[in-house]
Amino acid sequence: MSFINYLSREINCKIVYYGPGLCGKTANLQYIYGKTNPQARGKMISLATETERTLFFDFLPLALGEIRGFKTRFHLYTVPGQVFYDASRKLILKGVDGVVFVADSQLARIEANMESMDNLRSNLIEQGYSLDNLPYVVQYNKRDMPSIAPVEELRTMINGGNVPDFEAVAINGTGVFDTLKAVAKLVLTELKKAGSR
Amino acid sequence: MSEPQMVMYEEEFHKIQGIVEQLVKASNAKVVFIIDKNGQLIAAAGDTEQMDTTSLASLTAGNIAATGGMAKLLRENEFTTQFHEGENANIHIQLVDKRVILVVIFDSKTSLGLVRLRVKKACEHLSTIFQELMAKALQPGHDSPFGEITDEDIDNLFND
Repeated sequence: MSFINYLSREINCKIVYYGPGLCGKTANLQYIYGKTNPQARGKMISLATETERTLFFDFLPLALGEIRGFKTRFHLYTVPGQVFYDASRKLILKGVDGVVFVADSQLARIEANMESMDNLRSNLIEQGYSLDNLPYVVQYNKRDMPSIAPVEELRTMINGGNVPDFEAVAINGTGVFDTLKAVAKLVLTELKKAGSR
Repeated sequence: MSEPQMVMYEEEFHKIQGIVEQLVKASNAKVVFIIDKNGQLIAAAGDTEQMDTTSLASLTAGNIAATGGMAKLLRENEFTTQFHEGENANIHIQLVDKRVILVVIFDSKTSLGLVRLRVKKACEHLSTIFQELMAKALQPGHDSPFGEITDEDIDNLFND
């Protein structure tokens, strides 16, 4: 649920990075944080365990620029990917405007990707959303790893809806901004549609 | 979408800001702010310059969401009040109308009792204003400014 403030002429949107454990959701945010002008971003917050696994969420506020005199701000969140943190994942999806599904390209994680995608669908339904009506993109991460599935295969398995998808190596930044731009565009286009209804 | 769009207009914003400023004075607090349940900052008053209100807003919303999740497991409707006591700073968090969160940060210059009392009064006013605001946002004629943007406007945002 985006938030429009007519007084400060700001629009705030929430984007959630979803995906199986260790797929690189936090790595995406860390890269964006590192490469963004400090004036355009706030502090990155990570609620993680001692072993740096996401416990609750990572949060990164980002200012993208102005559209028709309105400042566009995006709040990026990640969810904890580990299966047993499902209750936390549901909470973070509340009020979401756009989703990035980060898939792990490694052959050994194919099942985990599909499980996480099913989990995303059912958690969205619980919150009153449907993945089919929500702006979302898919990222095939870890393309630099040795035993990875071909993109075509991953696409068939987790991108049945044919949404924009990107190959990525989040730790070195490949595909990270392409993914972010694509989802931000979809979110703004959705706002435009909602505004002209 | 499961929730209506949150929109803030000038008239209501001034009313809300007035309440927040009044609350800082009446409770002798350091900072008071209001956020929506998704962690978006709505209004703030007091010594906000020294504070990262954006981060605080997102963490408070996460906190309320987690507490709400616990309430659900205990078949409680919601835990509407939270209090965190530190050595120098204390935080009082109050859920207003299940919609927005009122946060008061205070130190030893005031007491929890006074903060609670003033928060209760402020909540009544805030509740009325937010109900009006939601009704207004649902009325036809209050179109989103984004109805007029073009695909080109969106593309221009990403030309760096």
